[in-house]
This record gives sequence, structure tokens and C-alpha cells, in this order.
Amino acid sequence: MSASSVIFYIIAAVIIGGGILAITSRKIFRAAVYLLFSLLGIAALYFYLNYEFIAAVQIVVYVGGIVVLIIFSIFLTHASGDEMKRPVLWRAVFSGLATVFAAALTYLFITDHNFVPVGYALDHPVAPSVKNIGLQMLSTTEHGYILPFEVVSMLLLAALIGCIVIAIKIKTKE
Amino acid sequence: MKTLLSYSFSSLATHMHSWLKNVIANDLLLTITELVIIGVCLLVFLILLAFFLGYMERKVAAFMELRLGPNRVGPKGTLQIVADTVKLLFKEGFTPDAADKFLFNLAPGIIITTALLAVAPIAYAKGFQLWDINIGVLYISSVSSMAVIGILMAGWSSSNKYSLIGAMRCGAQIVSYELSIGLSLISIVVLTGSLSLNDIVESQANGWWIFKGHIPVLISFVIFVVASTAEINRAPFDLVEADQELTGGFNTEYAGMKFAMFLMAEYINLFVVSAVAATIFLGGWMPFHIGGLTGFNHIMDYIPSSIWFFGKTLFIIFIIMQFRWTFPRLRIDQLLNLEWKYLLPISMVNVLLVTLMAIMGWHF
Repeated sequence: MSASSVIFYIIAAVIIGGGILAITSRKIFRAAVYLLFSLLGIAALYFYLNYEFIAAVQIVVYVGGIVVLIIFSIFLTHASGDEMKRPVLWRAVFSGLATVFAAALTYLFITDHNFVPVGYALDHPVAPSVKNIGLQMLSTTEHGYILPFEVVSMLLLAALIGCIVIAIKIKTKE
Repeated sequence: MKTLLSYSFSSLATHMHSWLKNVIANDLLLTITELVIIGVCLLVFLILLAFFLGYMERKVAAFMELRLGPNRVGPKGTLQIVADTVKLLFKEGFTPDAADKFLFNLAPGIIITTALLAVAPIAYAKGFQLWDINIGVLYISSVSSMAVIGILMAGWSSSNKYSLIGAMRCGAQIVSYELSIGLSLISIVVLTGSLSLNDIVESQANGWWIFKGHIPVLISFVIFVVASTAEINRAPFDLVEADQELTGGFNTEYAGMKFAMFLMAEYINLFVVSAVAATIFLGGWMPFHIGGLTGFNHIMDYIPSSIWFFGKTLFIIFIIMQFRWTFPRLRIDQLLNLEWKYLLPISMVNVLLVTLMAIMGWHF
């Protein structure tokens, strides 16, 4: 086994192990920390594939943003240090089923997809550099992403305004 | 003389690599050996650096307060930090009874790991860089955003209300000041057109950005220094620790080497933000050049690039250390007001100005 595949299996073990621990841990703060390791593993996978920009964005958005938000909301809950109750049986069964179906769907996609073997040239190889990603993101040509980009920015603007409206203090007249 | 001027450390690295290749045949073993060598060198460098910064901090503090500072252990007190480290080594590694032991012991590790990760892409001298990643600036700012999780973890798992309050303040502080840091870095990225630290240094061969970029770059430099002082929780933004109200904040319950790890992470972070400021705004290892004056530039080239880098970095560290004894600590609402009502709007307008400047080509 080459060094590269050793590294890949270590990363995969961190992702899957972190994921499993995150859902089986009964201390909610620890579950968030395990989720953190799983997300970091995914960032490491992007680095392994040389998608450096995506990896850095994964860290900024998921690790620096979402996990911090999750931890904050855990801080605000009551008794965040206690062990949670065991889940009800039927819930565990249905979430197990959901996982099995999701795994089956993913497996179907992977087997259906025609992966290009190592060494073969792609039709239109594009280096995943920051410049190419930026150009593609704002391009108005056939495979450009300008419309989704603008739609998402509208959505985020709406979310921002919504947050301000919820948090705003209206001065009461005394 | 020409060879001396164009000398870079990359030839040394190539020699080392070819020599090791002759000794070790196996590729995997070779990679691991090289990684271990680099890791050990880096760790020794950072430990010595933390010693030096600890000594420097005390001397600067003493200077600002008209004291002498440490002057008993070793010549001029230089061995004081070694004595302190030995003291910390012999202290009991204490874990509170009610603490979440796993997270309590994990937190110092997370904090020091994030501090070490951010060191990787820094260019110390010409051709001397551990990892020339093409998104250097983004990488450093993304990795340093992970530090908040270590602090939140430390504060929460101590099961101490002071620690928890310190950790909550830290979260609010770091998440908000990250925005200003990002925006002030973007202004230089816009001018350079690259996220790679090497490209940014190369682009300053005819003058550093702080001189080439007129007032907007000066504004983003000031914003960067202020916001990064807040990001690494140093006074006057040290209300995460706030000895008088929180008895030490998130690291109240830590002792011995675990506490030493927090301390070391703080000094590494101080080094990283100063090195980034030096690289982005003051040209990194690039000597002081003025576009057009070839004779002057030649004289400046005689000073080695590593001296330029460390000189600029230590200058910024010195400024940040002086902040500590110049300004009183902010309250949490003042801290958040400063970011959201002043720094963030200013840096947003500033980014627009810089973009206009880059498009019109108004910089040198």
C-alpha cells in the first residue's frame, strides 16, 4: 500500500469515526466536538485531492462558523453537561432505516457514475484554482453560476435582515 | 558577490533532499524522515521564539512602567523564562473533579494545534517556506478561526462559571473580529491578484504595499493590527482572561504544562499575526526598495532577507506589546460596538476604495 492510500484511509477513518461517535455520544457537547473532527476530516480530504480553496472554505464555513454556532446554542441549553436519555426504540429504528436508504442511494450514484481512470485525459480539464472558481462563479455563459450565486446572495441578505428584525429592540415610550 | 545576493535557502533544501535520498532508499521512509526533521526544527524554533517573546514582553512591560524587569536569573535576566518553564514542568497537572475530563485535556491540544497549523505557510526568508500553498492568506485566516473552538471547549469543560463567561466572551469576540481581519486582508489580495503569500511578497519588489497603496492600505493596516490584537485576545481586548473580574477566564482551572501550552499558543499566535502583517503590508522578506532607484535597492539587497522578515515581525510585535500598557481594557459592549459600528463599516468602504484604486491603476 502506498503512502498516499495510507493517508487516505486515515482521513476516511477520522471522518467515519467522528460521524459515528457524534451520533452515538450521549453528552451533547462531546457530540459537537466529534462532529468537528468529522468536518475537519472532510477538509483534510479536500487537501488530499488538492482542492485547497474548497478545503479552506470548508474550514471557514463549517468549523469556524457552523460548529461554533452549534456550541453556542449548546451553551444556552439547560444542563448541557448531563448525559441525555436513551432514544426511544422506534426513533432509533427509523433513523437506522433512513441511514440504510441514504447509504444505498449513495452506493447507487457511485456505481452509476463513470469515473475516469487515472492517467486518462478529461474532455475539458479545468484546474480548481481560485481564479477559475471565481471566473466560473460570475460567468454568464452556458455553464456559469451567476444566477445561483445571485439567488443565494439574495437569500443570505433576507436572512440577515430577518436576524436584525428579530433582534432589534423597539424603544418603548415612558 | 552576485551569488551571495541571489542565494536562497532552496538550494540548501535541495542538497539535504538529495543527500537523504542517497541514504534512505524507501520513498515512504524518506518522506516521513523529512517530515520529522522539519517538524523538530519548527518546534525547536517556536519554543525558542516563545521564550524570547516571553522575555521581550516582560522587558517591554518593565520599560513602559519604569521598572527593570527580570534581572536576576542569568545575564540581564535572560534565563528567567527558562526558570519559569521548569517551574511549570514540576507543577501538578490538575484536573477539577466536576470537569469533563476528556474535553478538559483535549482543549490545550486543540489550541496549540491550530496555532501550529497557521505557522505552515509563512515565508521566513527568500526561498525559505515550509508550504508554498497557493491560498496562503485564506488558509491562515481559516485555520486561525478554529482557535475559538479550543477556547470554548476549555471554558465549558472546566465547569467553572468564570471560565464559561470567559469562553462566551471569547466566542463573541473572535467571531466578530474575524470579519475585519478578512476584509483588511482582502484589500491587499485585490491589489496583488493572488492569495499566495509568495506572490504577495514578490509583488512588493518595487515598494511595500503600505507605501504603494496610499491611505486606503494604511487604513487596512491599522484595522488589521487592531483586529488581530483582539483575535489573539491580548490587552486591551483581553476580557477573555480579565484577571480582575474572571480570575483568568477560560484558563482558570489549568495548571502546569497544560497552562504552559495555552501560554505558548498565545505567543505563537502573536508571532503569526505579526508575521502576516509584515508579509502582507510591509513586504515580508523583501528588502526596502523604491521603484526606479537601482543603486539604493542594491545597497538594501546586501541585508539578508531573513533579517528583514524578522525585523519587521518584531517591530509589529513590539507595537502590539506596547498596546497592552497603553490602553485600558474594553467592556464587552464597547468591544462589540468597536467592531460592528466602527471597524466593519470602515473596512467595507475601504475595500471598495481599494478595488476602485486597483481597477483605475492609481497605485504605484
